[in-house]
Amino acid sequence: MPVIEADNLTKSFGKLVAVDHVSFSIEEGEIFGLLGPNGAGKTTIIRMLSTLTRPTEGTATVGGYDIVKDDNGVRKLIGLVSEKIIMYDRLTAKENLWFFGRLYDIPKEIFNKRVDELLGLVQLSNWKNSQVGTFSSGMRQRMNVIRALLNMPAVLLLDEPTLGLDPQSSVEVREFVKKINRENKTTIILTTHMMVEADMLCDRIGIIDHGRIAALDTSTNLKKLVSGADKTILQLEIANLTTNIVSLIQSLECVSSVSQDNTTRIKVHANGDDAFDTIIDVIRAEKGKINSVKNLEPTLEDVFLHITGHEVRDKADQKIPMRRHRHFMPRARVR
Amino acid sequence: MGVKSLVFHSLMVTWKDLMELFRNRMGLIMLVLMPIFMMSMVGFIFPSSTSISHVSVALVNEDEGYGNYPSASAMLIAALEKMNNSTDMMTITNASSLDEVRDMIQRGEVEGGIIIASNFTSSLITGKQGTITIVIDQSNPQMSMLLQTALKEVFEQIGTRMAEQYVQRLPGVDESNSLAIVKPYSVQTEGAVPGHFSYFDFIAPGLMAMTVMMSVMTGLPAAISHEREVGTLDGMMVAPINRLAIILGKTLAQTARGILQGILILALAVVLFGVTIHGSILLIFALLLLGVFSFVGLGVVITSFAKDQETAMMVMMTLMFPMMFLSGVFFPIQQMPWYMQDISKFLPLTYAATALRKVMVLGAGVPMIITELAVLIGFGVVMTTIAVPVFKRAMTR
Repeated sequence: MPVIEADNLTKSFGKLVAVDHVSFSIEEGEIFGLLGPNGAGKTTIIRMLSTLTRPTEGTATVGGYDIVKDDNGVRKLIGLVSEKIIMYDRLTAKENLWFFGRLYDIPKEIFNKRVDELLGLVQLSNWKNSQVGTFSSGMRQRMNVIRALLNMPAVLLLDEPTLGLDPQSSVEVREFVKKINRENKTTIILTTHMMVEADMLCDRIGIIDHGRIAALDTSTNLKKLVSGADKTILQLEIANLTTNIVSLIQSLECVSSVSQDNTTRIKVHANGDDAFDTIIDVIRAEKGKINSVKNLEPTLEDVFLHITGHEVRDKADQKIPMRRHRHFMPRARVR
Repeated sequence: MGVKSLVFHSLMVTWKDLMELFRNRMGLIMLVLMPIFMMSMVGFIFPSSTSISHVSVALVNEDEGYGNYPSASAMLIAALEKMNNSTDMMTITNASSLDEVRDMIQRGEVEGGIIIASNFTSSLITGKQGTITIVIDQSNPQMSMLLQTALKEVFEQIGTRMAEQYVQRLPGVDESNSLAIVKPYSVQTEGAVPGHFSYFDFIAPGLMAMTVMMSVMTGLPAAISHEREVGTLDGMMVAPINRLAIILGKTLAQTARGILQGILILALAVVLFGVTIHGSILLIFALLLLGVFSFVGLGVVITSFAKDQETAMMVMMTLMFPMMFLSGVFFPIQQMPWYMQDISKFLPLTYAATALRKVMVLGAGVPMIITELAVLIGFGVVMTTIAVPVFKRAMTR
C-alpha cells in the first residue's frame, strides 16, 4: 500500500492555478523527487501534503490519513524541512529542538536521548548550547533537517533542502538524507530544481512544470525517453562559430533544439538516422572549422527539455521570464 | 486533544516567546524605557497643578496719592510683594507706563503687566472703586489665562482684607463679624476621598490600561506575522497541536510583557509622581487581564487578515491613535463633542481605563465597577467568538 497518494490535487490562488490536478503515489521507503523550475508548484504540493495549505480540489492521503479531514493524524507522521529555516535565532540549538520536540508529546527521557543523537548525527553536539543565530548557513540547514526528524517521522518532506548551500554542505545534506532513508526506512519526498540532486538521490522523479506532472519515472527510464535509437545529442566545438551557423542548424528539420554554451561550443538535439551527417554538412558548407564532436549521454536536463520543450532555469541569478509564475509560490505572498 | 495538552502546548509557546524576548537586550531596554519616557512626558508636560512660578511681570504705579493720606497703592504693593515672597509666583519689574509695558511684552521681557491707576488712592479715600489693570500677552493664551486667574485671585484677597479693615472702622460693627459682612460665604472643595490629587492621578490608571492592552494588540499581530514571514510559524503549524495553542501561548507571552510594563508605570507613578493607590492591587491586575481578554480577539482578527508584518503594524497604528485619544486616557471623555463621546462608548479601552481609575483613585470595589466589568467581558466574548474561526481559516489558506 502506498504511503502517500495524491488524487487530482489542485490548488489555485485566485485565478492562478499553482497545482493542476496532480496525481501520484509513493511507496514506503521510497525517495521521490519533484523536479521543476521555480514556480512550477513544487512547494505548494509539499505544503498541501504537510497540511499547511488546503487543496482547492482533489485529495491526498499520507499514511492513510486524509490531509484535510485527518490533518492531525498526518502531522504526527510527517517531518517537514521547509525552504526557510525553521529555527529561532535567539534560542540555542538544544532549546530549539526542545521546543519543537515538546509539541509532539514525546516522553522526556526518550526525547533527551534523541536530541543528543540527532545533534551528534550532524556533528553539532559541541554547539548545542550556542544560539542558532550565530551558526553558518550550512549548520543552520543541518539543524533545519534534524528538527524535522524529532518525531521519528515515517514520511519526511524536504523542500529544496540544499538551496543556498555551498557544494560541500549540499553533499553533506544529501548524504544525510540517504542515510535516514536507508537506516529508518523513512519515505522521503523532496523538491528540487537541481537535476544533479534529483539524479543522485531519487528512486523516482516526477518532472513538474506549470503545476502539472509532465513525466514520472525512474531516472534511467526518463533518460531512455530521450536516448531512443533515433535521438542524438551532439556537443560541437566550432572554432569560427557564427550566429548564422547556429540559426542554419536550428532551421534543419531533424534538429529539435540548439543551445549555445559559449562562443565556440553548441549542443544540438536531433532526431533521425542521418541527423549527424546533415548537421556536419551544414557546418562544412558554411566553412565552419570543427574542432571536436562529442556524442552525449542524455541528462535529466535533456529529459526536461524533451518533455516540456523548454529548459529548466536553475541558476539563482537568472530572472524568471514568466512573471505570473512567481505567484505560484506561497513565498511570493511575503514581501 | 484535551485541554491539558492545549494548555501545555500554549505554555511551551509562551516559554519560547519569553526566551526570545529576554535574549533580545535592545528590545528589553526599550521595553523598560518606553513606560519611563511615557510617564515622564505626560507627568512633566501636563502641569500637575495650576500653579505658576517666576513669571516676569511689569508693575506700573501711576498712583498720585491723595493729600496727606497714606498711599493705598503702596499698601497694595507691599501686600503683593509679601504674598509673592512666600509663593515666588512672579518676578516683578518696575515700569513707567502702559506703553512701556506693551513694549516689554512685545520684546518678550515680561509676560504681563499690572497697572495701578493714577486716582487709585483718591478713589479709595473718597469712597469710590479703585482700578487695577492687568495687561496680558495674547500670543500666549494659556499663560495669560493662568496669570489672569492668579492675579485676580491675589487682588481679590488683598481687596477683601482692605475691605475688612474699612468695615471694622464703621460704627456698630463687631470685629469678629467684619469678614462675614464683606464676604458672606466661603466656598470649599472636598474630594470623594481624602488627599491631594493631581492630573497624574487621572492619567496613571488610563496609561496603565493603555500600555497593557496596546502591547497585546500590537504585539500579537506583529509576533505572528513575523513568524509567518521568517517561516518559523510553519514549524508550529506542522506539529500535531491545536491551532489555538499558538494564539493562546503568544497572547500569554504578550500579556506578561504588557503587565511588566504596567507594573513599571504603576511603580513610577507611585515613586516619582506621588500617586496613591486607594483600591486593591489584586483588582487592578485582574482588571488589566480582563482588558487584555477584551482586546485579544481584535488582535487575532487583524493577524488573520494582515499578510505581513508591515501591514499588521500599519493597521495597528491606524487603530491605536484614535483609540488612545478617544478612550479618555489623556483627556476626559466629557470634554469631547457628542459624536466622539459616542464612538468612545464602543472602545473597550474606555471601560478598562474608567474602571481602573475608579479602583486606583477612588478605591472602588467590584460592585462599583460592575458595569465596566460586564462590558469588558462582553467585548471579550464577542471578539473571541469571531476571532477563533477566522484565525483557524486564515492559517490553512
